Amino acid sequence: MRIRLEKRLTPSRIMQVATPIASVLLTMLLGAVIFELIGFDGPDAIWQTFITPIVAPYKWVDVLTKAAPLIIIAQGLSLGNQAKIWNIGAEGQYVIGALAGAGAAFAMPADAPSFIAIPAMIVAGILGGMAWAAIPALLKTRLRVSEVLSTLMFVYIAMQVLNYLIGGPWKDPNGHNFPQTPPFSPTQTLPHVIPGTVIPPGFVIAGVLTLLFWLLTARSVYGFSVRTVGAAPSAARYGGFDASRTVWSTLMISGGMAGLAGILEAMSQLGQINLGFPSGYGFTAIIVSFLGRLHPIGVFLAGLILAVTYVGGQVAQTAVHVPEATAGIFQATMLFFILASDILVRYRLRIVRDPRRTAPVGVPA
Amino acid sequence: MSLVTRRNFVKTAAAGLAMPALARTAFAADPVKIGFIFLGPIGDFGWTWAHNKGRLAVEEALKGKVKTTYVENVKEDASAIPILKDLAQQGNKLIFTTSYGYMEQTVEVAKQFPDVKFEHATGYKTLPNLGVYNSRFYQGRAVEGTLAGMMSKSGVIGYLGSYKVPEVVMGVNAFTLAAQAQNPKITTKLVMIDSWFDPAKEAAAVQTLINLGCDVIAQHTDSPAGLQVAEQRKAYVFGQGADMHKFAPTMQLTAIEDIWAPYYIDRAKALLDGSWKPDNTWWGMKEGTVVMSAFSKAVPDNVRAVAEKIIAGTKDGSYDVFTGEIRDQSGAVKVAKGERLPDDKLAVMDWYVQGVQS
Amino acid sequence: MNIAFVIDALVTVIGVTTPILLAATGELVVEKSGVLNLGVEGMMLIGAVTGFAVALNYGESLGDWAPWAGVIGAAVAGAAASMLFGVLVLTLGSNQVATGLALAIFGIGLSSLIGASYVGMVIQPFNQTFPDWLAADPIGRVAFGHSPLVYIALVVVVAVGYFLNHTRAGLILRAVGENDVSAHSIGYPVIAIRYAAVAFGGALAGIAGSYFSMVITPMWAEQMTAGRGWIALALVVFSSWRAGRLLVGAYFFGILMTLELYAKASGFSFLPSQFWAAMPYIMAVAVLAVMSARDVAGAEAPACLGRPFMPNN
Repeated sequence: MRIRLEKRLTPSRIMQVATPIASVLLTMLLGAVIFELIGFDGPDAIWQTFITPIVAPYKWVDVLTKAAPLIIIAQGLSLGNQAKIWNIGAEGQYVIGALAGAGAAFAMPADAPSFIAIPAMIVAGILGGMAWAAIPALLKTRLRVSEVLSTLMFVYIAMQVLNYLIGGPWKDPNGHNFPQTPPFSPTQTLPHVIPGTVIPPGFVIAGVLTLLFWLLTARSVYGFSVRTVGAAPSAARYGGFDASRTVWSTLMISGGMAGLAGILEAMSQLGQINLGFPSGYGFTAIIVSFLGRLHPIGVFLAGLILAVTYVGGQVAQTAVHVPEATAGIFQATMLFFILASDILVRYRLRIVRDPRRTAPVGVPA
Repeated sequence: MSLVTRRNFVKTAAAGLAMPALARTAFAADPVKIGFIFLGPIGDFGWTWAHNKGRLAVEEALKGKVKTTYVENVKEDASAIPILKDLAQQGNKLIFTTSYGYMEQTVEVAKQFPDVKFEHATGYKTLPNLGVYNSRFYQGRAVEGTLAGMMSKSGVIGYLGSYKVPEVVMGVNAFTLAAQAQNPKITTKLVMIDSWFDPAKEAAAVQTLINLGCDVIAQHTDSPAGLQVAEQRKAYVFGQGADMHKFAPTMQLTAIEDIWAPYYIDRAKALLDGSWKPDNTWWGMKEGTVVMSAFSKAVPDNVRAVAEKIIAGTKDGSYDVFTGEIRDQSGAVKVAKGERLPDDKLAVMDWYVQGVQS
Repeated sequence: MNIAFVIDALVTVIGVTTPILLAATGELVVEKSGVLNLGVEGMMLIGAVTGFAVALNYGESLGDWAPWAGVIGAAVAGAAASMLFGVLVLTLGSNQVATGLALAIFGIGLSSLIGASYVGMVIQPFNQTFPDWLAADPIGRVAFGHSPLVYIALVVVVAVGYFLNHTRAGLILRAVGENDVSAHSIGYPVIAIRYAAVAFGGALAGIAGSYFSMVITPMWAEQMTAGRGWIALALVVFSSWRAGRLLVGAYFFGILMTLELYAKASGFSFLPSQFWAAMPYIMAVAVLAVMSARDVAGAEAPACLGRPFMPNN
């Protein structure tokens, strides 16, 4: 008797929903066990990490603030991932987007009215992110350079662009010679939360984008073409879908989204850009995209879950004194589980009595 | 777990804000809570490690009266804001934010929690409940420079820096000026590595400085990698932040130790007796926040005597390394003869003195 | 410029180059087999903390052999971490990009958790291979004055080059990376070969990590590799998947990094330092573009790089 994998004709709907939930639960369980083993109160630590941010209302703002950029970036990435275009350089596009938006802010008069300043900065941010993704897109379509490698390389180049600008040409003249840009003017910033609510403006945008991406992927010919290019490139060609157009469009959309997230973060949080600005959202969004199974609604929920672990990791640090490193371990573990369970979406486990197998799977026993 | 409604939320938030008053009357005997946020891990063996030692000293000195909490690896981005709010809501009465990049975040949270006191390290923005503090590490650099000036045979000394921020620039200048006071021909070669912590690059940079003729080297980066290189290559070297003679047993002449304990204990006591005020505090050798490690056997007696005079002069105020005449790299006079560079100019220093090669 | 100066500079270059060369050599083999493991930084850190812990704990009982035990420990730990990746991408067919990134995040977190109790401790540096009269000789030290890991790195990259180009096993490995379906149909155990390659890559990343905690600074501090794992990935790209070019490229990167320091210390700041720091990544992309432009068949990346292979598809 042995377990055999059978490829499903269509991915399992149930598994698509069940496995992310199971991954989160398994991570919590494993986390509790590990915490116990290294000498902490396991259940309490897990409670603080995963539950406190949800049940403690004063943490909601923080969760939503963290979730907004993750969701915005991950929506863009998921679209590309459906076409098997792997943009892993969102972190760089996020940074360049913010810098482009800041550049727009510094170029306009500081007292330009909000209704001009804010849209101008947002557009500049989106264009900045797109421009940074355009180079890998060009290399991919013209020279067939793998976008996985080029987008990653451009993250590190973007970091140096940031360091150069904030320590040189854009250094705040009143900043005591620390590497940071001047603050944006009051008309160039967004409030942390929409007045009277706990909802950050970025989160509203993330919600609207979720809807738009859902319409785009589920209800448009473009969404269909993206999925087809990913699933069956030759069929896509036959159907008249242009692969290189897909590369361009998905990289432009994901780069633009990362740039949007970057400028929104800069405008609504610190109101300036400093050395600490790149906070890893671009990389974490990759986890969000997979945890959400590349589906807009899933990505929305996954962004919230990741935000909870961030905020909860900090709660657990102050409340139970678990080391900060565990937050990263949790995020990685969650992703490991979701990736491992991916096989259940695509394959059916079947217990067969006949040891003869025509098609072996995995490592030879 | 009760259902969370919007009304509950308002109640909880209000309770959070009302907590300070409650705590003082109802639980007067409970220890007062003090919070810290750290840039690095407490295990970085550098900046954060030193601040954490200060935190532990507060716990030890005021046992039973205070209880400290810390959050490590707090990025210098907006994510520091919720962490600070959290610490405030958990009832911490005094919160130390121990890196420059927390400035705006601290200002913002301090405005929201007028009953909580904040202390921001190395910044310059204050509020009625927000003070700033720093340590005059450059005083230690002057001692190092004195040793370097007297002990360098080549007349070329090296400085391994991180970023061009005032903190580092004033260290480079103090080191160079003090060395030139002993040997006017001294020049300092400066390498900035654009990182506070990168052992491989620090090691390579120190090798480079030695290769270019530097025979005494100071560093303003966190890892001891450079000391180990100096030990192998037989160049004199100074520890950074803590006594690092383990890494350069024969070549470390002394080290600047970051000692935050006196300041943290002082502030905690001020909080307890109600005398806390939002100061701009810049302590140094006199108050015990900058301490030189024991001089090594390699320091000859006459050199030691001069260096000790510098330390004594710094403590009693008769010596200040930034006393004119001081010229910048282009030769322009920046501090006139006999004058001292005032603190506000020192805090924004972005120019190097003559003799610094960068 | 005299000979001693050049030798000093070369010694610096060798020190900077060795860890990225080790890690990149491992990753080269992994990528040649058609697998992209982005978790190099994580495996390096796990290797760094393990190597340090082993050398520290067995320092008394093993004496001079303790550093070797540390290096072996680092290799085993790196390989073990890579197996986590291996099971996911090879047996379960998960996405390699995401799994590799997860491994990087995991390794950073796990190493700081393990290392928390070792902060501030010191071991004997593992930096001399040859006796003093050779290692300390002003000229001879350029050849004899290094840690054993420096020589190991050189031997391994040459051996890997020979293995890939001149042995049957190497040919099979490359075949698996170029066309897994055909390799499988001729009867080669594609998955097993990839497992071996991934484990080898993990082991070398682990050793590369131990270079930081045992040679550069004989101590442990969190994230002490400071991003070298990502540079190693750039280096593999830069080498266009050839062992010879990898060796040359590693030294080219090393010279670039050292030149930056020399330029700064000598007062030549003709380019912003950020430009130097971005150089390895710019060069990697540029080489990739040039190689691809010249070769109509596409980039010289192994054709199956990053593609999952499930034999029963």
